[in-house]
Amino acid sequence: MSALTQSTPAAAQSDAAPEKALRPPSYWPFVVPALVVVLAIIIFPWVFTIWMSLNEWKVGSATTFVGASNYLRLTSDPRFLEAVGHTMVYTLLSVVLPLILGTFAAVVFHQKFPGRGFLRGVFIMPMMATPVAIALVWTMMFHPQLGVLNYLLSLVGIPAQLWVFHPATVIPSLVLVETWQWTPLVMLIVLGGLAAIPSEPYESAQIDGASLWQVFRFITLPLIMPFLFIAGMIRMIDAVKSFDIIFAITQGGPGSASETINIYLYSVAFTYYDLGYGSAIAVVFFLLIILLAAVMLYARQRMLWTEITSGA
Amino acid sequence: MANLNISRRTLLTGTAAAGALSLTGLPARAEVNWKKYAGTKLEVILAKGPRGDNLQKNIKEFTELTGIQVESEQIPEQQQRQKVVIELTSGRPSFDVVHLSYHVQKRQFEKGGWLADMTPFLKDPTLTAPDLIESDFSVAGLQYARNDKGQMLSLPWSVDYFILYYNKELFQKKGVAVPKTLDEMVAAAEKLTDAKEGIYGFVGRGLRNANMTLWTNFFLNYGGEFLDAKGNILTDGPEAIAATKLYQTLLTKVAPPGVAGFNWMESMASFTQGRSAMWIDGVGWAPPLEDPAASRVVGKVGYTVVPAGPKGQYSATYGDGIGIAAASKNKEAAYLLCQWAVSKRQGARLLQAGGGVPFRNSILNDAEVQSGVKMPREWLQSVIDSGKISKLGLPVVIPVAEFRDIVGAALTSTLSGADPATELKKANDQYRPILERSEKA
Repeated sequence: MSALTQSTPAAAQSDAAPEKALRPPSYWPFVVPALVVVLAIIIFPWVFTIWMSLNEWKVGSATTFVGASNYLRLTSDPRFLEAVGHTMVYTLLSVVLPLILGTFAAVVFHQKFPGRGFLRGVFIMPMMATPVAIALVWTMMFHPQLGVLNYLLSLVGIPAQLWVFHPATVIPSLVLVETWQWTPLVMLIVLGGLAAIPSEPYESAQIDGASLWQVFRFITLPLIMPFLFIAGMIRMIDAVKSFDIIFAITQGGPGSASETINIYLYSVAFTYYDLGYGSAIAVVFFLLIILLAAVMLYARQRMLWTEITSGA
Repeated sequence: MANLNISRRTLLTGTAAAGALSLTGLPARAEVNWKKYAGTKLEVILAKGPRGDNLQKNIKEFTELTGIQVESEQIPEQQQRQKVVIELTSGRPSFDVVHLSYHVQKRQFEKGGWLADMTPFLKDPTLTAPDLIESDFSVAGLQYARNDKGQMLSLPWSVDYFILYYNKELFQKKGVAVPKTLDEMVAAAEKLTDAKEGIYGFVGRGLRNANMTLWTNFFLNYGGEFLDAKGNILTDGPEAIAATKLYQTLLTKVAPPGVAGFNWMESMASFTQGRSAMWIDGVGWAPPLEDPAASRVVGKVGYTVVPAGPKGQYSATYGDGIGIAAASKNKEAAYLLCQWAVSKRQGARLLQAGGGVPFRNSILNDAEVQSGVKMPREWLQSVIDSGKISKLGLPVVIPVAEFRDIVGAALTSTLSGADPATELKKANDQYRPILERSEKA
């Protein structure tokens, strides 16, 4: 299908070609600066990273070409494989939870009630804080002996938890921080979507006697889907590359229970100074992100398709 | 391999200098000419902390003494280490003087050839004050600063011994005596633990990497050595297993829940709130423990050396030095600054504020300096006693960070019930090729 749509402008171009050939291409001077910038800060670093990943490249010693051996090392590196798993779980949770809570918050804040503007302002405050500062505060809140979270749990009779201090609960606890900070962003995006929905479908639903859930499920949700999609995309990019919160709270610990690819990459490149191996991780990480993006784009295409068919 | 060929130029300059000296009629014993490099500008890169603060705060005195201008910056430790290594590798560092962590960087710096040799400066009476002699530095300091050839590549600045902090009030309440051996410490910790009250006998670093600095205290006291004569790593032997069992017992049976994720900050929080009775960590924490604004245990803290193990009594030692970048164009001026940084006056200030312990015995043992120490007398005593039983706390290899991460992760796993011997074996298998690769490179 995409091939079809692409062929149309190509055909139009070939019609205009003879006329174009007569004129010297006057746009080059305008393209060059952008081209230079792209080459210097995007293409060159990437080519260089790939080159480094094919070498044994340690800070302070000579480099030797080793072919694909850094990549082979990755396949049998338990820390890397675990890190991939952690990244997946962390990303999934920190996309899904803010999406659900953010949508809920948006629906609530879309209603008219006194003090709404003020409360909306309060609600988006976490988003404005610096991640590292947040992380330090949460670290002490998580403290199993002295933290306020366990105190609050004790008030309602729930036993003390270990939060980020236990391998089994560390990722969910980190996701809690991430969710707390980024739910407001999802809410803002969805609120924008809600404001754009016309009131007619709701009126007719009311006449038909639809329940609140039915209204949400069959009118609101489909209409805000494109917005949710955008929010999900932004969240996914943020979550995959998340570094500051994890690094500042756990540094990948306890053990390596919360070590994501990014954290591991950082250790390899800047603590072990193993730039070759670090570059190999970066390349694989990049491919993984491209893969995720491709899946998302595919899902979007599918969504558009169903929208069109259901519309027809 | 000494170079006996004296070139004509050396001979000529030597003769000329001798001639000039005799002309000016200087006395045989030359004095330090502090002003010789006046007008020079030096760049200094420091790790953030009391050492850096102490230097920056008093740098005016140095400029008054020498006329040398100093630009310095403090960067958080981890970032400073990265920045320094990257700049030194580039061959054109932006700094003349560098603050380094011996326990992490010694071998790396030596192999890179990044530091200028200070030995000739130390022997030159026009550059070195008479009270600065190599033998004044403690053994650990010299082990750190000298390379295999015996050259001094830096000046030992501040040493970090691990000591035992204990809560006197909790000890009294339970009628427990201060432990002299590691076994006694476990017994004491069991008595002191009262989980219902939220009070635990022992707290210390459980977080991977950070935990190694605690564990090595046990390892050394069980008779452990990091490397054999051939440079093979030995951290899966019987000493390591015994040390790990002790570590596991302490951190799972008598330590606060969640200790597997504790670094010094969380440990200190537990100790300052009176929730843990004992804590083994670096000597530098006395000021926050004795600060009424941050601590509930002011005046109740006891300080003593790390208890003895079955094979001896050692305090795991770490340290900082200050050196000159080999690429610097102002080496003599930079040397004057290094010398000033480790001088008696600066060292005394550091010790008296509790911000660090100078490597120089003449400072540590000076009665006048001692009387000015603002921390409890017991703290100072624990520092002096630790100096007598000090032993390097980490292997002197290049991949120290990997060592700490890999063995540290094994230790953390034992806290969730994994078997010490198996975990250490696994860690060693993982670490050995990394070490071999770095030594070959």
